[in-house]
Amino acid sequence: MTTITFPLSPEAQKQRATQEPAWVRWSLIGVALVFLTLFLFIPLISVFYEAFKKGTDVYFAAITDPDAVSAIKLTLTVAAIAVPLNLVFGVAAAWAIAKFEFRGKNLLITLIDLPFSVSPVVSGLIYVLVFGLQGWLGPWLAEHDLQIIFAVPGIVLATVFVTVPFIARELIPLMQAQGTEEEEAAVVLGASGWQTFYQVTLPNIKWGLLYGSILCNARAMGEFGAVSVVSGHIRGSTNTMPLHVEILYNEYNFAAAFAVASLLALLALVTLALKTLIEFRNKQHQKLRGHE
Amino acid sequence: MKTFKQYSILPGFNLALGFTLLYLSLIVLIPLSAAFIRTAELSWSEFWTVVTTPRVVASYRLTFGASFAAAIVNAAFGLLVAWVLVRYHFPGKKLVDALVDLPFALPTAVAGIALTALYAGNGWIGQFLEPLGIKVAFTPIGIFVALTFIGLPFVVRTVQPVLEDIESELEEAAATLGANRWQTFTRVIFPAIFPALMTGFALAFARAIGEYGSVIFIAGNMPMISEITPLLIITKLEQYDYAGATALSVVMLVISFILLLIINLLQWWSRRRSIES
Repeated sequence: MTTITFPLSPEAQKQRATQEPAWVRWSLIGVALVFLTLFLFIPLISVFYEAFKKGTDVYFAAITDPDAVSAIKLTLTVAAIAVPLNLVFGVAAAWAIAKFEFRGKNLLITLIDLPFSVSPVVSGLIYVLVFGLQGWLGPWLAEHDLQIIFAVPGIVLATVFVTVPFIARELIPLMQAQGTEEEEAAVVLGASGWQTFYQVTLPNIKWGLLYGSILCNARAMGEFGAVSVVSGHIRGSTNTMPLHVEILYNEYNFAAAFAVASLLALLALVTLALKTLIEFRNKQHQKLRGHE
Repeated sequence: MKTFKQYSILPGFNLALGFTLLYLSLIVLIPLSAAFIRTAELSWSEFWTVVTTPRVVASYRLTFGASFAAAIVNAAFGLLVAWVLVRYHFPGKKLVDALVDLPFALPTAVAGIALTALYAGNGWIGQFLEPLGIKVAFTPIGIFVALTFIGLPFVVRTVQPVLEDIESELEEAAATLGANRWQTFTRVIFPAIFPALMTGFALAFARAIGEYGSVIFIAGNMPMISEITPLLIITKLEQYDYAGATALSVVMLVISFILLLIINLLQWWSRRRSIES
């Protein structure tokens, strides 16, 4: 049998037909990296540069200032309330949506995603309309000496609103992909509902749960617009970290503003690191499963 | 008649769905309905007057224009970044891939002050633009820069998985049939990723329209020139003009809902396209 050979030029032999020439590849990589450097990396680096520009003394003075400390505490408190609430919600919503078939499911999923498409400012405003002095419950709250708007409960509510979808939208596709066979087996073998959840479902979704919680936490700690509307900006009492950054910045105290901002930037970097780690772990896991 | 729910032996449906609906109603639906119900206290002509004063119309024009420009830039460069991340190898690629999500994780206020410092006349980037007569900070261009930063991950993250899923056989077939790389890209690859690209564009656009935190620092916030609609809502609120603020927020909500509908349709189109192929 004779083999037919196609005469190819040396360059064509080096290059696969489904790949671009090297100069195209490297210029595309170059343009992409220049764009990312301008719009991502330089802004990130500048936060730390500006924070330390006037020396470490100024930096540590800024982040140990009583108002800054109280802002940090408030931010942690708000996240510590908002994240668990949305965690419980996310699990309940995902259980109902992923494990059962019912009518109106797509509408429910859209409703859960709704807070993502609402402007942060509007998210804050709607709580003012409900709980503010001019709001529906305003007169009743004033009568009973309860304050929600311009106080911590308002900040918590606005934060919960903007972070509602994070955990649910992570869990719903995950639990849908896992199906219901394992839970059904557990129930048939006599496990109660909670036993099934804790011993069968939870181990399967724990990484998704963690992933969603990390993203939820980052947004909860960093939310600015919604919180700004309901906070009242009372220093040392209703100022979260992002609001404290704004106040310092508007007072032209740039070094201190960037010092507090650098803590938030650090939070963002830790969030991204954990996120990447979980994604890497999931990929390894999938590969292992693929080899079985 | 079809039943509401299909039979299942798994327990907990009523509890889970009941809690979900209660939580959504208390946190999301009732407060959102407040905006619409409170606006209904205005007559139609009052409402129309509030939402069409010149200052408000100028803010719509700015918000939409800057958001659209930023979303276009994000679509072009997002596609490029997704392409480079999926197709090529270069040192530091994993780090770059992880950092693309930075705008999702970085609080908007931090992004706002960082970009302002960079693009101010004496900033790292501003000092090179100033002599060319380009002022970025405290102008509408600054708003565009902030919105580009905020929307950056959307297109990358919607296009990336679709690009990863394209089978190399399609491209090989195109090459065998005599197509060059550019033809393969425009005729084979681009049509496959187009729905995802549009979805990413719409997501970036929707996000940009509502954005507040990163914009107010860099915008300069001059009425008629560099004042975005969300800021106008806050301004009205601070002047105790609740009716005005609520009317404007209803306009923004309606726009958000329309965009959400479009995004859902685009995602449906995108999924159907990937099932077909």
